[in-house]
Amino acid sequence: MLKQNRNWSADPVLSVEHLTMRFGGLVAVDDLSFDVGRGDITALIGPNGAGKTTVFNCVTGFYKPTEGRIALRRDGSVTPEALAELTRSGRQYAEGDKGSIFLLERMADFKITEVAGVARTFQNIRLFGGMTVLENLLVAQHNELMRASGYTIGGLLGLPGYRRAAEAAKETAVEWLRRVNLLDRADDPAADLPYGAQRRLEIARALCTNPVLLCLDEPAAGLNPRESAELNTLLKYIRDDHGVSVLLIEHDMGVVMEISDHIIVLDYGKKISDGTAPEVRSDPKVIAAYLGVDDEEVEDVERDLEVKPAPTRAEGDAR
Amino acid sequence: MADITQSASANRPEGAERLSEDRREAMRGEPPFVEAPAEDSRLVRALKEAGITAGLIAVLTFFFFFMKTDIAVGGLSLTVDPWTWFVAIAITFVGRFLLTFFVFAGERPAVGGWKKIAAATAGWPIGKVVGAVLLFVALTLPFLLTIFLPSQDRYLLDLAILILTYVMLGWGLNIVVGLAGLLDLGYVAFYAVGAYSFALLATNFDLGFWVCLPMAGLFAALWGVMLGFPVLRLRGDYLAIVTLAFGEIIRVVLLNWYTFTGGPNGILGIPKPTLFGLEFSRGKGSFSDFFGIEYSSIQRFIFLYYIILALALLTNFVTMRMRKLPVGRAWEALREDEIACRSLGINTTNVKLTAFATGAMFGGFAGSFFATRQGFISPESFTFIESAIILAIVVLGGLGSQLGVVIASVVMIGGIELLRNLTGLQAIFGTGFDPTQYRMLIFGLAMVLIMVWKPRGLVSTRSPSAIYKEKKAIGADLVAQGEGH
Repeated sequence: MLKQNRNWSADPVLSVEHLTMRFGGLVAVDDLSFDVGRGDITALIGPNGAGKTTVFNCVTGFYKPTEGRIALRRDGSVTPEALAELTRSGRQYAEGDKGSIFLLERMADFKITEVAGVARTFQNIRLFGGMTVLENLLVAQHNELMRASGYTIGGLLGLPGYRRAAEAAKETAVEWLRRVNLLDRADDPAADLPYGAQRRLEIARALCTNPVLLCLDEPAAGLNPRESAELNTLLKYIRDDHGVSVLLIEHDMGVVMEISDHIIVLDYGKKISDGTAPEVRSDPKVIAAYLGVDDEEVEDVERDLEVKPAPTRAEGDAR
Repeated sequence: MADITQSASANRPEGAERLSEDRREAMRGEPPFVEAPAEDSRLVRALKEAGITAGLIAVLTFFFFFMKTDIAVGGLSLTVDPWTWFVAIAITFVGRFLLTFFVFAGERPAVGGWKKIAAATAGWPIGKVVGAVLLFVALTLPFLLTIFLPSQDRYLLDLAILILTYVMLGWGLNIVVGLAGLLDLGYVAFYAVGAYSFALLATNFDLGFWVCLPMAGLFAALWGVMLGFPVLRLRGDYLAIVTLAFGEIIRVVLLNWYTFTGGPNGILGIPKPTLFGLEFSRGKGSFSDFFGIEYSSIQRFIFLYYIILALALLTNFVTMRMRKLPVGRAWEALREDEIACRSLGINTTNVKLTAFATGAMFGGFAGSFFATRQGFISPESFTFIESAIILAIVVLGGLGSQLGVVIASVVMIGGIELLRNLTGLQAIFGTGFDPTQYRMLIFGLAMVLIMVWKPRGLVSTRSPSAIYKEKKAIGADLVAQGEGH
């Protein structure tokens, strides 16, 4: 079909395949597969409790998925054979001349950020509140600075190599602060910033880890329309000028429809729609999931949608 | 019209909903006018409050001051001492009366003057000035004592050595508790490991202090990592309990491994430190002989003083430096939010282990200094109360504050000693009053007062480790306290 020509199928940076996450008897994510295109802004949407944040936590390593494979390709020239071989080998990742692949479901959370290059933000902002804005961004460059400081020994002795690296790290931080419009607050504690500024700072901090994929959990939550518009500009800038692919969860349809290249809709842990913004917007399943249908129409709609009439689904749709 | 009102009132919901509707109704009008209760005059208020306070003190101190039991033949004898009790009550009454009359109920706020001073000195780097003055005093203390207090210089120098040992321990623990935010109730274990490694190495292999010092630090750091591993996944109270248990395990092992550690008898004959091979004793090849000066026992004390001062300053220097390095910043980030740390690619396991190891290493240095100063160590010196005192120094000084630890050490260790000598109090409480008996009581009260007045410690602001344009102190209310607080 047409889908074959799309960026996310042709050159995916992240492929989630048959991802299943069970918490005891609850199946939060059920056999979910999707691709995130390189250089795309991909939105993951769905009603409350659809399993979006669970998918995020699986991708960033905070949960270990029950089943499934999550493969990150740092560049485009990775063959499916190489991926299959890596999966069989039992290793976590393969870095080679012909492109690097990382199997995120096998890696520890901090390794995913450090080695694979996936950064994330949180639904409830997690900044280092008692540290200044600048310090927050320096903490994000920890691994680079650790190497430069000779794992503390060189730094303790004040070697010039570390001093240069520290200066460079500060410059990177200042550059991002200028970009998110927070430079004048650089020496203020992060907890003192207003809510919108904290959101921007968290994004800047994630970007300081130098990621290839940035995962944002509801970045527009609690922002006013002007701040949302600024966020859109920032995300587009990140995508276009830094080549960072963005995966975001969002409830604000204004943000989602305007900036997303690709939208995936989840409901009850299953993918119900996948495509560009206009496609998803006109998809009857999406409308049904978001708006619900009347009790009398449930069976008709299900017949139309070719959904098996499971009792739980009927209850859910009847909301 | 009447019909409508009736049907409306018949429609009224019952219970809580109705109550809230009534309340909303009432709010629509003016709030009900209630006359303000008549205020007491200043004198009456002061008298009332003084009376209440004095009554409380009377009840609280009844069994401490009024009645006193002593061991006598055939049991206990009871002596009644109403005089001390009355004096204590009178002091509280007068104190509270004056406080209420002039400060709490005074016509203008008495703290205004202080605020003016604080505003005027806001631009001054008070911390730096105090730090520089303290450093100067510390560097010249032996000479200051010989010049100004020659009669007591040995005693005071010994006290200064003790205080500096606690300053060093406090700085070491500050890394774990103040910076990394991991509550460690068993810090004395590393002090013990340092002391015993030096003592055992010195007595069994004839090694000197300067060879053993780095080894003792390394051993302690190793034990820090060993403690670190089991507590990596623990948070809060659980972390505190396991570290407490660890401290006790070390002490009990030292007590019971008789063949190795000498058990409760401890280890005797630990060598004294030498200055490039020069001993501090009489006779040939000694320090005084080499430099051709007269021997005096104070020389060894001055030497010990400078050793612990150098060690403490090394601890401070390394800690201050590390705060500005990525590892130190990661400690503080760990205290603020562990999950955010992991999301930024920081290996929190390593960060915790380095914090435990670094803190333990300085504890080990202090331990081997303790062993060489005493010349004798036994498990009795490493009980839980030591951990508690070190932790109290860190908490009273302000978590993460280097200067706070110094002030708290001087207040706590120096204060306890000072209370021993408060014979002046006998003038108030009568000649039978023995200040040493009450020093712990006074000390406890002082700690409670500090915590009421400054709940986050004496120096509670955090200074940032990296500055873009302007250095701004960060208030304690924004800084997280980490696990177990």
